Amino acid sequence: MELFNDLFRSFISKIQELTVFSQELINIFSKHWKVLIEGLGVTLQMTLLAVAIGFVIGIFLALIKVYGPEPFSFIVMVFIEIIRGTPLLVQLFILYFGLPPYGINLTPFTAAIIGFTINSAAYQAEYLRGSFQSIESNQMTAARSLGMTRIQSIISIMLPQALRKVIPSWTNEFIYLLKYTSLAYIVGAPELMTQAKFIASRNFQFFKVYLIVALMYLVIVLLFTWFFGKVEKKLRIPGLETVR
Amino acid sequence: MTDNNEVVLLRVKNLRKNFNKKVVLKDVSFDVKEGETKVIIGPSGTGKSTLLSCINMLVQPDGGEILLRGVDVTRVKDLNKIRQRIGFVFQDFGLFNHLTALRNVMIGLTKVKGLNKKEAEKIAKEKLVRVGLEDQMKKYPAQLSGGQKQRVGIARALAMDPEIILFDEPTSALDPELIGEVLGVMKDLAKSGMTMLVVTHEMGFARTVSHEIIFMEKGVIVEQGNPEQLFKNPKVPRTKEFLFRLTELYGEGEE
Repeated sequence: MELFNDLFRSFISKIQELTVFSQELINIFSKHWKVLIEGLGVTLQMTLLAVAIGFVIGIFLALIKVYGPEPFSFIVMVFIEIIRGTPLLVQLFILYFGLPPYGINLTPFTAAIIGFTINSAAYQAEYLRGSFQSIESNQMTAARSLGMTRIQSIISIMLPQALRKVIPSWTNEFIYLLKYTSLAYIVGAPELMTQAKFIASRNFQFFKVYLIVALMYLVIVLLFTWFFGKVEKKLRIPGLETVR
Repeated sequence: MTDNNEVVLLRVKNLRKNFNKKVVLKDVSFDVKEGETKVIIGPSGTGKSTLLSCINMLVQPDGGEILLRGVDVTRVKDLNKIRQRIGFVFQDFGLFNHLTALRNVMIGLTKVKGLNKKEAEKIAKEKLVRVGLEDQMKKYPAQLSGGQKQRVGIARALAMDPEIILFDEPTSALDPELIGEVLGVMKDLAKSGMTMLVVTHEMGFARTVSHEIIFMEKGVIVEQGNPEQLFKNPKVPRTKEFLFRLTELYGEGEE
């Protein structure tokens, strides 16, 4: 009986601690929500821009790498390997701190956007390359046998299928980049992580502030994952569903 | 230049093709006359598929001539114009997975022939009806059986209104019970006067439908002649041996 009472009491006190803790989180959030939401806005803006522009560039890179003539596909290969082979942090440093001596001064926001775009383009190009190469080559042969040009075949036969196939890894790239934009605090772009650091450096509640930010990332990531899942389902080619 | 005053639609002359140093085709020559169905048989790896691919220049030959109504296609600049005139039916169908059966047949008409959607749809539907797929037009390739897929492939080739259709082992990837539906369509085509060049192991088809059979081995034509002569009275012993083995495997194919 004694033991049970002890356990019960400690359980209650833990619950109380947790309640107090969440209350504190809520307090911090309600105090700083405006700044945090603004930061989240910048994060989303950077992610969407970088992924969208990176997508367009990525398609071109992938097409050149898969179907382009030798010298061009080699150049693209070198570009992709350099981008993928070096830390994003260093790339941002070069863009923000390394260019001013050459007369190029970028705002933190622009430097971050350019860095993320180039980075995302390289990764998306590789995902797309994989998608293109996973399509049976006999479809290309069949298209050519009908008298379609190479470009027609690529655009109306290969590309629509590659784009469908790339959605899962593309979703991955999107949520990955969404969180990776937090690196922009290095150059001081006013995104979510930068704001969190700013708030925490004033109230010294680092753990709680970062936890709030983590929850915000989680909610947004879950939302986008759900949304892209819907898109994937909608565009799925009938008869090619995965068997469970 | 032609026997019996029939028009030679396709003339292959001394066609040669090497892959690296391996000789795949060696001085292959034959004619296909308008309205004729010619069957090519032979063991696998003897260059039959390569021969078909050379004819519409999906594979570049190393030497010789391929004359389509007298025009050497190996020297033509705009190959897409030539390919429109030559239908191709593949062993593994080559259907476009992201398009319905109907759109598979339409796409050549809209993209290559420049027809508008309405005209293309009308022709595509007509061809799909002809191959017996009026109920499957809205389906995607992955929802069709092998036999249905191949019939879409034939309809797609037909829609382009080709002068000749090349068939590359059109039934080899099919379950035995599905072969009949494809051969049936091909038989009807042959009867309707379509010029066809068919690589196949289907002896029944070769025997009953073709006007002439070419027996190829190791990149050369061993013997060619009408089915009656080739089956009953082959000149070359090797032909007899091969036909005997095929008949043993696939049956007489009375159908």
